[in-house]
Amino acid sequence: MSDHHHKETFITKYIFSQDHKMIAKQFLLTGIFMALVGMLMSAMFRVQLANPGETSILYNLMPSNWMDPDTGALLQDKYLALVTMHGTILVFWVLTAGLSGTFANFLIPLQIGARDMASGFINMLSYWFFFAATVVLIYSIYVPSGPASAGWTIYPPLSAEASYIEGSGLGMTLWLVSITLFIVGSLLGGLNYIVTILNLRTKGMSMKRLPLTIWALFVTAILGVLSFPVLLSCGLLLVFDRSFGTSFYLSDLIIGGEAAHHIGGSPILFEHLFWFLGHPEVYIILLPALGMTSEVISVNTRKPIFGYQAMVLSLLAIGFLSFIVWGHHMFMTGMNPFLGSVFAFTTLLIAIPSAIKVFNYLTTLWRGNIRFTPAMLFAIAMVSTFITGGLTGLILGNAPLDINVHDTYFVVGHFHIVMGLSAIYGMLAGVYHWFPKMYGRMMNKNLGYLHFWGTFICAYGVFFPMHFLGLAGLPRRYYANPVDMGQITDINDIITFFALAGAVIQFIFVFNFFYSIFRGSPASKNPWKANTLEWTTPVERIHGNWPGDLPEVHRWAYDYSKPGAEEDYIPQNVPLKEGESEH
Amino acid sequence: MIYLLIGGLLFLAIVTFVQIIRVSELLSKIRNKDVNEVTENDNNIQGKILLVVGFGFLVFVIWQIVAWKHLILPPASSLHGVEIDSLMNTTMMLILVVFFITSIILFFFGFKYRGIKGRKAFFYAHNNKLEIVWTIVPAIVLSGLIVSGLKVWDSTMNVTSENSQIIELHSRQFQWAARYAGEDNILGKHDFRLIDRATNPLSLDKGDKYTIDDKITNEVHLVVGKPVMLKFRSDDVIHSAYIPHFRVQMNCVPGVRTQFGFTPTKTTQEMREDPQIIRQMQELNDRIDAMSLIEKTVFLDENFAKTVDDLPLKFDYQLLCNKICGSAHYNMKMKFVVETQEEFDTWIAQQKEVGGLVLTKK
Ligand code: HEM
Ligand SMILES: [Cu+2]
Ligand SMILES: [Cu+2]
Repeated sequence: MSDHHHKETFITKYIFSQDHKMIAKQFLLTGIFMALVGMLMSAMFRVQLANPGETSILYNLMPSNWMDPDTGALLQDKYLALVTMHGTILVFWVLTAGLSGTFANFLIPLQIGARDMASGFINMLSYWFFFAATVVLIYSIYVPSGPASAGWTIYPPLSAEASYIEGSGLGMTLWLVSITLFIVGSLLGGLNYIVTILNLRTKGMSMKRLPLTIWALFVTAILGVLSFPVLLSCGLLLVFDRSFGTSFYLSDLIIGGEAAHHIGGSPILFEHLFWFLGHPEVYIILLPALGMTSEVISVNTRKPIFGYQAMVLSLLAIGFLSFIVWGHHMFMTGMNPFLGSVFAFTTLLIAIPSAIKVFNYLTTLWRGNIRFTPAMLFAIAMVSTFITGGLTGLILGNAPLDINVHDTYFVVGHFHIVMGLSAIYGMLAGVYHWFPKMYGRMMNKNLGYLHFWGTFICAYGVFFPMHFLGLAGLPRRYYANPVDMGQITDINDIITFFALAGAVIQFIFVFNFFYSIFRGSPASKNPWKANTLEWTTPVERIHGNWPGDLPEVHRWAYDYSKPGAEEDYIPQNVPLKEGESEH
Repeated sequence: MIYLLIGGLLFLAIVTFVQIIRVSELLSKIRNKDVNEVTENDNNIQGKILLVVGFGFLVFVIWQIVAWKHLILPPASSLHGVEIDSLMNTTMMLILVVFFITSIILFFFGFKYRGIKGRKAFFYAHNNKLEIVWTIVPAIVLSGLIVSGLKVWDSTMNVTSENSQIIELHSRQFQWAARYAGEDNILGKHDFRLIDRATNPLSLDKGDKYTIDDKITNEVHLVVGKPVMLKFRSDDVIHSAYIPHFRVQMNCVPGVRTQFGFTPTKTTQEMREDPQIIRQMQELNDRIDAMSLIEKTVFLDENFAKTVDDLPLKFDYQLLCNKICGSAHYNMKMKFVVETQEEFDTWIAQQKEVGGLVLTKK
C-alpha cells in the first residue's frame, strides 16, 4: 500500500478526510449533536403538555418570538414547529444519517476486509452534503417566520401555503432545500456502500460468510437508494406547487377568503409518494440496529447467532415487503377501501419475518454465557422494545382497528418504541461496542451501566403510557389536551417526568463519550474477543486498515464456543483445522 | 440566577462523574486489573438487575392496565364499532399474552445465563425444524387476524347511503359546520369558487333546487338507531373528522370526496348513565372543583363556553380534528348529540334553511 504513507495535514485528516473511519466519526458527532437538539425540543414540548400555557426557562433556548410576549407561553404554531423539527431531526438526521452514516462507513470496509470504501471521494462528498443540509436545517429554526411546522410528513396543502401556517413560508422552503441536500448525501453514501460490499470483499468473504451487520447495512443501503429518489421527486412537485403555480397536490382551496386558482390536484398523491419513501425509511432506521444487535448479542453470549440463514432471509423479506406496505399510513385518507385491504394484508405479512428474528434472538441467549457489557444491555433492550412496539403494530396494521387509533397517541407510543427506541438502543449498543475500535480507548463501564439503566427505565416510562392516551382517544400533534379529557392529566404528568429525567441521563453518555476519547483506559486490539475482521486491525487505526496484506477469510463470523476449540472464539481469518466443518 | 443554578448543578455532575471514574481507576490499580473489563461480578450484578428491572417493567404495565383502564374509551356507541371492539379485544388479549411470554423469556434468559468464568456456552447454530415451527405458527395466527380484520373492514367501509340520513361535514381552519340535506335528503351542489365568507361561507350553489331546503348547523344531532352518512369537505388543509366514541374517523381532503357511514346506538342521555362515563366525568368535575372561583370561570369559558352555573359538566359526544391543520388544531371540535326521533324532529325544525344562517369565525 502506497497511499498510507503520504503526508496528511490537519485539514485532510480531520476535515476533508477521505478515510472511511474518520468520515464515520464525523457522521457520529453530527448525529450526537442533532440527537441532543432533537431531545431538547422534545423536553420543551413535553413541558408544554404538562403545563399548558405556562412559561418555562427551556423556551429561552428558542428565538424570543416563539413565546407569548405577556405570559411567556409557547405559541401554538411554534409547538407544531418544535414537533416538526423534532421528528425531522430524529428520523432523518439521527437515525438515518447518524446511524447508517456512522456504522456503514465504519464497519463495511473493516468487516469485509477492504482498505476503504470504493470511492473515498464520493464518501467524503456524502458527508459534506449532509453537513450542508444540517446547516440549512438549523438555520431555518432561526428565521423570523419560524421553521417548517406541518409535521415531519409535511402534507400539503398545509405545507404549501404560508397563510395556513407561518412556518410554511421561508421555513418550509429551507426544509425542502435541506432535505434535498440530505437526499443527495444519502444517495452518494448508499451507492458507495452497495458497491463496496459487492466488489471489495476480501478473499474468502463470500456473501454467505458476511457478518449480519453488513447484511443489514447492505439491505438498508438498497432501500435508501430505491426510495429516497421518490421523496426527492415528491418534494420537487411540492416546490412546483408552492412556487410556480402548478396543481399537483392542490385543488379547491380557499386562501384568505378567496378561491385560489388550483384545481384538479390531490393531496393523496403526495401521501402516496411520501409514504413510498416513508415506510421503507422506518426500516432504513431499524435494520442497521437489528444487524448490530445480532452482532453484539452473538459476541457477548459467546454463542453463534441462532439461525444465521433465517436471519439473512428475514432481513431480505422485511426489506422487500417494506416497499409494498406504505398504504397502511393512509387507511383513513379516503383511499379506496379495497386498497386498504391489500395494504392491511401485506402489512401483517411483515410480522412473520419480524417474529422469526425475535425467536432467533431469544434462542441465541438460551444457554449462553452472557457477558453484560453496556453494549450487550442495550442490545437486550433493543430486543425488548422490538417486541413491545412490534406487537402494537398488529393493531395499527389491521385496517379496521386503525380507524380509532390512527393519528392518536397510540401511534406515537408505537413508533417511538419500535422505531425510535429500538434504533437508538441499536445505535448506542454500536457506539459502546465499537468505541475501542474508533478511538483506541475504552468507554467507562460503570457510567455505561448507569446510563443504560436510567435510559431503559425512563424510556418505557415515557412511551408505554402513551398507548393509554391513544386508547382514550387523544389525537397527536395537540398543543394541549382537549379538556373534556381532563382525567388523563395524571398520565401526562408521569410522561413528562420521565421525559425530563431521561433527557438529563443522556448527559452521562455525552460526558462518558468525550471523556473517554481523551482519557479512557487504552483498549487492546480485540477487547471483546470477537471474530469479525475489524478486531484484527491494529489499535492505531491506520489509513488502509491493515498494515500488511489484507486478511483472508476462512469461516463465518460466529464460531463462538465451538466444540473442540480451546478458546471460545475463532476469528474469521483463522483457517479451518483439518476435519473441522464450517458451522 | 436560574442559569447560575443550572450551571452549578452541571458542574457538580461533571465533578461527580470524574470522581466516579477516578475511584474506579484507583480500585482497579490496586486489584491490578483493567477498570473496564467486565468481570464475573459485573455479570452477576447486571444479570440480577436485568431480572428485577425487567420484571419491574412488566409489573408497571400491569399497574397501568389496572389503574387506567377506566380512562380509555367506553364500549362503542355504533353498530360497526361493536365489531371493531370485539376484534380489538381479541387482538389485545393475544398481543398481551405474547408480550408477557416473550418478555419474561428475554429477561429470564438474560438473568439465568449470566456469564460465569470457565463455563462454555452451548454451540447451537440452527435447527430447521424449530425455525419452521415458529414461522408457521405466527403465519397461522396472523391469517386468523387478517381474515377477521378484512371482514370487519369490508362491512365498515362499504356502506351505501341508501336509507341513511345524509349530512355534510364542512371543515376549515379551525371550525366545523354541518349541512343537513333537508326533506329531499339530497345535498345541493357546491363549488369552491362561489365562496363568499360573509354571505355564502360553504360555497353553495344557491341556484340548485336541492340547496334550498339544506340546513347549516354548528352541532350535529343524530337519531339513535338510524343510519347516517357523513360526507366530508375541506376548504383549506387536510382535517380529519375523528369521533372516537363511534369508532369513526375519516380525513377531510380539499378536492377529494370522502365519506363515512354508521349507525349510532346509544343516546347522549344513555351515555351519561354509563358507569364508566360517570366515573370519567366525576374525575373531571373533581378536578374543576379543586380550582378557585376565578380559575373555574376562566377555564369553563375558554374551553366550553360555559359558566359556573353549568357545573357539574356533563358528557357529550365530541368530534375532534385529527390531522395536523395549523395552530388551533388542538381546539377544533364539534358537539354531537344522539337523541330520539321526537327530540331530533323538534331540534331540526328550529334550524333555519340555507341563507338564514351565516357562519361566524370565533
Ligand atoms: C427523548 C425522548 C423523546 C421524547 C420525550 C419524544 C416525545 C415525542 C412527542 C411527545 C411527540 C409529539 C407527538 C405529537 O404531538 O404528535 C413526538 C413526535 C415525534 N417523535 Fe419523538 N420523542 C423522543 C424521541 C424520539 C426518537 C428517538 C425518535 C426517532 C424515531 C422520535 C421521532 C418522533 C417523530 C417522527 C415524531 C412525529 C413528529 C411529527 O408529528 O411530525 N422521537 N415525540
Ligand atoms: Cu409504514
Ligand atoms: Cu386539525
